[in-house]
Amino acid sequence: MKESRSKKDFTSPLTADQRIVSHPILFFKRGTKVSFSFNGVPIHAYEGESIAAALEANGIKELSRSVERGRPRGFFCAIGKCASCLMTVDGMPNVRACLTPVSEGMTVLSQSLGRLPHPSTRGEPESLVLRKKADVVVLGAGPAGLSAGIAIANAGMQVLVIDESPQIGGQLPKQTHKFFGSVDQYAGVRGVDIARELEEQANSSGVEFSIRSSVLSLTRRQNGRFVVDFNRDDRLTVVETPAVIVATGASERMIPFPNNDLPGVYGAGAVQTLVNIYGVRPGSRVLMVGAGNVGLIVSYQLLQADISVAAVVEFMPRIGGYQVHASKLRRCGVPIYTSHSILMAVGSDRVEGAVIAPLGEEGATLEAKARELDVDTICLAVGLSPCAEVLRAAEVPCRMIPELGGFVPLHAPFMATLVDGLYVAGDAAGIGEASTAMVEGKIAAMSAILRARSGRDVAAERARRAALEGLHALRSGPAAQVIVHGKKRVFQAFRLAR
Amino acid sequence: MGAKSDHDYQETGEIRLSDLAGHLPPKERLSRGAVVVVECLEQIPCNPCATVCPSKAIRVEPSIKDLPVVDYDRCTGCGLCVAVCPGLAIFIVDVSSPNQATIKLPYEMLPQPKIGGQVALLDRQGKRCGVGEVLAFSRQRETGVVTLAIDKKLAMQVRNIEVGQ
Repeated sequence: MKESRSKKDFTSPLTADQRIVSHPILFFKRGTKVSFSFNGVPIHAYEGESIAAALEANGIKELSRSVERGRPRGFFCAIGKCASCLMTVDGMPNVRACLTPVSEGMTVLSQSLGRLPHPSTRGEPESLVLRKKADVVVLGAGPAGLSAGIAIANAGMQVLVIDESPQIGGQLPKQTHKFFGSVDQYAGVRGVDIARELEEQANSSGVEFSIRSSVLSLTRRQNGRFVVDFNRDDRLTVVETPAVIVATGASERMIPFPNNDLPGVYGAGAVQTLVNIYGVRPGSRVLMVGAGNVGLIVSYQLLQADISVAAVVEFMPRIGGYQVHASKLRRCGVPIYTSHSILMAVGSDRVEGAVIAPLGEEGATLEAKARELDVDTICLAVGLSPCAEVLRAAEVPCRMIPELGGFVPLHAPFMATLVDGLYVAGDAAGIGEASTAMVEGKIAAMSAILRARSGRDVAAERARRAALEGLHALRSGPAAQVIVHGKKRVFQAFRLAR
Repeated sequence: MGAKSDHDYQETGEIRLSDLAGHLPPKERLSRGAVVVVECLEQIPCNPCATVCPSKAIRVEPSIKDLPVVDYDRCTGCGLCVAVCPGLAIFIVDVSSPNQATIKLPYEMLPQPKIGGQVALLDRQGKRCGVGEVLAFSRQRETGVVTLAIDKKLAMQVRNIEVGQ
């Protein structure tokens, strides 16, 4: 069987189209057909696809090469956080192919990572700097940022929400499962539908968006106001604002094992983006590493896309995610192996298998009991880390809080950081869930509104209290106690540092 | 919590009937007709099942994190909770007829089952355990709810289906 999987099958753009046609939950609306060139080879794509998704849809797994050893690198994060898909697009080097939509006639060249190609021949910037003002700037249009933006706009203030993705909603549109919680927190509604609803609310309440925009810097002026520099359509935009809410989300973790850099090893979120946003199959048989909620949910979503899941392996002796998620996966016949680890990925140019082994009493892998699974995709659901670099750069004190996934900007229960006027919400404030992110976004917004109005806004005060109660309820279950503990440490450190 | 048995659903993900002791409708209620079976064993802050129930048979109280508690005498077996449960952990079982049982279960896969058609029945481990007839299929917010006629002996085993192409 393996012989048929020659290198050509996977790198040639002539392999079968990996696009999903029918799906039980989603309907993939594809734009008009376009064609672009990748390393001189014509690639067929649809408007609205990212360059990287279009390459995956055409079976192209190698997106770049490592500098030292020239090892192939594939799609890994899909949300602009890693460097695997940097390419030269129409002469512009280091473009993130996962965030850049395809367009007719585009010329795309792969790069060696870390080696800058020749200076661009694009010439002068197309226009001068654009200047703007806003009452509040929100970084990130995910669940936290959207909720914050809506609350601020509804209070009659001018708000600008900046996000680097081509679409609004952060990671919500790829969540095809129904959320837990109560009715106020969209319980029973799928993330993709929540994203749609929040976007509508944002548009009708007057939130201004700047998408496909990367923030370059966040600085504080002597007068206490902030300046956010970002690029949009290759144009530098500078916005001055008294307050910034940072809702920049998280990035996926990586674990060490031999060949973990092979194309075909993906972050679980990247697979979700490919499958649920672009309707593109990353492979036909998957090993999921990690049985937390992300690993369990994404495994189920793979089955919904008609991709088989060989197994879920979990290093810990117990499943980390909810029983109901694990049970629905088991009902579909997917085995979950706790106290198991991945030993290595098999393959030379891309994943052709995975070796797993049980763990012994002392936690060491029992190599004698190792076995190879026939998979073409390895999906890592081994946790997330908060992405709040922009706050660290703005000198907001942060602390390593393992319970919350990494370095967390110190903040108060009302989401204010130690720099007056800077707020944080959602995963950037410690890894949680989308439902709690939405509530934190609202709390941060109410804090910014109260600050702008010197505390004189009874409605905002009341809304903030109600949101805080909702947050406590969402974190009342036993599974959330780790987060509650981590947050306590953050709040305590905030108080001491103040 | 309790004594360690040879089986632990937190290790395998799969629940067994023994895990459901104390979470099942009483025999007497089962004999009277369609009734809900809630296979939600872990505290999750979540209550759509209670919110949607028109007869207030399911309660999640006093805290939203509490496990759903069913008043089986109030339950009419309507099945609104089957489609709404985010964990797909709710089923309706009717074992009041002599030989055949009717069950309703959530189904979010393709292909869609055809009414009147046959489907393979899967247990909690995803193993095939029989064949059932599709009596009805409806969709609420993209969650399909399948009503099946199955062998009565399988009523507490069948929790998923596999639909042929």
